[in-house]
Amino acid sequence: MKKNMLRMAVALSSILGTAAVADEGANLVINGDIGITVRAPASAHLDNLDEVLSGWLFRADETQVMQMDDFDNPGMIWVDAARDQFAAVEGGEGKSCASCHNSPEDLAGVKAVYPKWNEEAGEVRTLQMQINDCRVSRMGAEAQKTDHKSMLYMEALMASVSRGMPVNVAIDGPVQSTWEQGKDIYYTRYGQLELSCANCHEDNYGNMIRADHLSQGQINGFPTYRLKNAKLNGTHSRFKGCVRDTRAETFKPGSPEFIALELYVASRGNGLSIEGPSVRN
Amino acid sequence: MASGVKPRVKVPKTATAGDIITIKTLISHKMESGQRKGKDGNIIPRSIINRFTCDFNGQNVIDVTLEPAISTNPFFEFEAMVPESGEFKFIWYDDDGDVYEAAKSITAS
Amino acid sequence: MKLTRRDALALALGATAASFLPLRAMASSDEVIAMFTGGADVGAGGLTLTAPEIAENGNTVPVSVDAPGATSIIVIATGNPTPAVATFNFGPLSGSQAASTRIRLAGTQDVIAIAKLADGSFVQASSTVKVTIGGCGG
Repeated sequence: MKKNMLRMAVALSSILGTAAVADEGANLVINGDIGITVRAPASAHLDNLDEVLSGWLFRADETQVMQMDDFDNPGMIWVDAARDQFAAVEGGEGKSCASCHNSPEDLAGVKAVYPKWNEEAGEVRTLQMQINDCRVSRMGAEAQKTDHKSMLYMEALMASVSRGMPVNVAIDGPVQSTWEQGKDIYYTRYGQLELSCANCHEDNYGNMIRADHLSQGQINGFPTYRLKNAKLNGTHSRFKGCVRDTRAETFKPGSPEFIALELYVASRGNGLSIEGPSVRN
Repeated sequence: MASGVKPRVKVPKTATAGDIITIKTLISHKMESGQRKGKDGNIIPRSIINRFTCDFNGQNVIDVTLEPAISTNPFFEFEAMVPESGEFKFIWYDDDGDVYEAAKSITAS
Repeated sequence: MKLTRRDALALALGATAASFLPLRAMASSDEVIAMFTGGADVGAGGLTLTAPEIAENGNTVPVSVDAPGATSIIVIATGNPTPAVATFNFGPLSGSQAASTRIRLAGTQDVIAIAKLADGSFVQASSTVKVTIGGCGG
């Protein structure tokens, strides 16, 4: 079984004392049966990349192993909590998510196409925005802030039921101008350090930045359980941190800038599998 | 009282009597180490799970003393011998006096 | 400076109070080891400690211990502010005397495991784990 072979490889490499950089030939299979595409040909719109790579490939062996089993993956404990929330009645209308959507599994495939255009509202929506819309207009419940815990857990649940499905975010039609805005932000240098997303994640993925192994910055694995803060993290919170780390005034989670950036960055990962909740540094 | 503490346990549903099985446990708990300082500059007091036990049909499998260096969301993997059908009981003890429990049955043939 | 009687009394009281501080708060690795072994000699062999050579993140470092026939195993992080990490006590229904967990390491250091074997003797294993501060977001 691939899982056992990887475990053996991990154990062997620990005994042999090899450096803890990821085995870049490794494949990711979760629970022995969910195959995750961790490397895929880059989409046509990507001029500077031939291949897109999941962040999983850039992590140490021990971290990779943590994502291969839903029990070892600490992020899954909040997926369970979100399952309870999915079935719980909330708000004035006496409904739960389950009242309309039946079960989380029925929403498989949804995460893979977000962010996307909402015709009725005339705007690009992230998954959290759509969940909030359901809460407010259909459940009579309050909207939650971006990356609020319960939002994040629900997004993680949505990701978990879509694992293995290819990211397939639209970049043309009504979303095009937002997508262009996101692309613009991706290539703009920010802050005292004058760094753009591309400087690290396109020009230098695979290299070390101090002691961190730089990935391509794909978000197919979000929400992600970070070892650093031992909790689930959302894309906007991560973007906020990255921009802050260039020593710039950063944008707010839920801002138009980050909605556009999330759309663009998600599209860079088209072809990779939805992987969340992933385990990262 | 620690909030949002949720235990999770992985135990096989069946086994042959006399088998050795692998058990994994995870509990969501902050494990406040007592080393961190709050915004006011004062030390945030230690508040951790300090003990974890696993028993099967009243007999002990493992008894772990935890210190602040155990990571947030304490995870343990260990093996148990299954002499007969029965129930595993898992207990986590919190510094603040709370006790969290989980139980899983197993059928041994 | 002339010590007044009041100062001398305060000094003496302070010193006495300090000596009553719980040992745990001030315990060094040696003291933790001594509390576990009772000062007995510690040998080697029969105990495997598995830890990564380089920790991806010091906040969550996976480690395992395995000592067939042991009654208990203690794990000590010699470079942490409080070195004791965990003590695993194996009961009659333990399937093996092995356990895995995830620990916090404050910096590069030696992680030590000591097992108390069935015959009452002690053995030790040690592993150096490099802990780094990352780049961005680290």
